[in-house]
Amino acid sequence: MLEFIQTLVSGIAVGSSYALMGLAMVLIYKTSEVVNFAQGEMALLTSFLTYMVLEYHGFPFYAAFPLALVFAAFLGFFLEFAVLRRAKEPNILGMIIITIGLEMILMGLVSWKFGADPKTMPFPLSPYDSVQLGSVFVSALEVLNFGVALAVMLILFVFLRYSKLGVAMKATQQNNMAARLMGIRTNRILMITWGISSVVGCLAGLLLSPMTMQPYMMWDPMLKGFAGAVMGGMTSLPGSVFGAYLIGIIENLFGLYVSIEFKSVVAFAVIVLVLCIRPSGLFARHYVKKV
Amino acid sequence: MATLLEIKNIETFYGLIYALRGVSLTVEEGTITAIMGNNGAGKSTILKTVMGLLEDQPDKGTIEFMGKRIDGKDTEVIVRLGISYVPEGREVFEELSVRENLMMGAYIRRDRSGIKEDRERVYAYFPILKDREAQWAGTLSGGEQQMLAIGRALMNRPELLFLDEPSLGLSPILVKEIFSIIRTINREGVSILLVEQNARMALAISDMGLILENGRFVMKGKSRELMEDRDVKEFYMGIRSEESAKGFQRWKRKKRWR
Ligand SMILES: Nc1ncnc2c1ncn2[C@@H]1O[C@H](COP(=O)(O)OP(=O)(O)OP(=O)(O)O)[C@@H](O)[C@H]1O
Ligand SMILES: [Mg+2]
Repeated sequence: MLEFIQTLVSGIAVGSSYALMGLAMVLIYKTSEVVNFAQGEMALLTSFLTYMVLEYHGFPFYAAFPLALVFAAFLGFFLEFAVLRRAKEPNILGMIIITIGLEMILMGLVSWKFGADPKTMPFPLSPYDSVQLGSVFVSALEVLNFGVALAVMLILFVFLRYSKLGVAMKATQQNNMAARLMGIRTNRILMITWGISSVVGCLAGLLLSPMTMQPYMMWDPMLKGFAGAVMGGMTSLPGSVFGAYLIGIIENLFGLYVSIEFKSVVAFAVIVLVLCIRPSGLFARHYVKKV
Repeated sequence: MATLLEIKNIETFYGLIYALRGVSLTVEEGTITAIMGNNGAGKSTILKTVMGLLEDQPDKGTIEFMGKRIDGKDTEVIVRLGISYVPEGREVFEELSVRENLMMGAYIRRDRSGIKEDRERVYAYFPILKDREAQWAGTLSGGEQQMLAIGRALMNRPELLFLDEPSLGLSPILVKEIFSIIRTINREGVSILLVEQNARMALAISDMGLILENGRFVMKGKSRELMEDRDVKEFYMGIRSEESAKGFQRWKRKKRWR
């Protein structure tokens, strides 16, 4: 029983990274219908640059981490403005290829600059500190990760529900022409969305970095975040978070009771299954148009 | 009376389709101007061209609003200058609440108290919207969505309001109600350019009327005079001016302007 609970808790702990990646991808998908496969690598670049300024340039934590978030935002703005907006008459396939291209460029950049040998990010918390919750142990880093994911969800919820900019983002995604007729600069909204999404993704990267850093580190969390998002219907923020945690938990339980080697693959088996039963995801809540 | 909008000889293409073939039109301050015409005549295209919704259009001609050239400008800029457009088919934000839709209508404004005042004014025009305030716009009836679309367009305090077929799909009673509100809006100082299939209603509330056919205006005049015109009566209001003995000869009558 204890083992079960311990596994559940670790599932939730890894689920937090997936949830952040999933949220980031859903934000972009909702406003521009682009599945951003470069999401993980955008976080990767930000994390490695943060590593660089901490390790080589002696920046203090309190400067490096806020700077990382600012950099992430600008990276998002830049990619939307310089690359995605240039796509003329975009179609879904073309967009996917563009983001995969970006993904490879960013990963190449990081491998070339920093090499493939694993590093660890200096961090105020050691990944080996742990906290005891009842009779279960969790690493302090995982608790932090969970807390950050929770905070991000809350902030996004409040932002999209109550701020004018947040509502304008939803309006743009629902009806681009009508949004322009309200005077909303929809191009700018897209750019801002990419910025926000990049910041959310970069948080996942920064929180994984104290464990180990290498150029491939974001690929797996991103795919699983994406998987969680697909399970949630790809357009629902709470749905993507739920899906991400579910995948974290399932893969850990599978690792415990069935096979540790296939642990990582089970996530995708689950998606296939879910999509066969409910093709629009578990949380698709699109209201059906009246004719 | 000053001229608010002046369209001179615009031509608009959809790819190779020649939709507007030299259209000129003025809207005087404080008036209601109505454009009538059959399906596919190009009525909506005029409004879309003015709003800058059609990329790289108009191909030829100029559009001036309050003395400033606006052709070729971005929609967002044109809206900020004071034109609001209620598109054909409402185009409300379906998954935003009624209140949020109105909030988006006032997107370009910063004066909180003024916005609140205007929202109350919209609710006074359309009390049903107040009852539906927290409901998703997509769950409103067609008529309620039309009211919301008009209300939303009023939220940025336009000088000039474009209405594209506000009567589309509404019951006769509701059409009357909407038209009486359109008139009230006009009396409160908003000039209106109205596109309508329902020529009878449109002429009844407008000051000037124009009739569009195949991308060209074929008639212009004071609405009161158009209402008395034999051709307008027959072709756009469905009133027979002369009863033929057998009743099936009517199709032979020709429009004078051809
Ligand atoms: N996006 C488009 N692409 C190609 N042709 C178009 C497009 N929109 C309109 N047209 C064509 O331009 C012409 C004018 O269309 P428009 O929508 O302005 O007509 P309308 O007078 O508003 O008609 P209705 O009363 O039916 O709304 C039509 O022949 C139509 O087929
Ligand atoms: Mg039309």
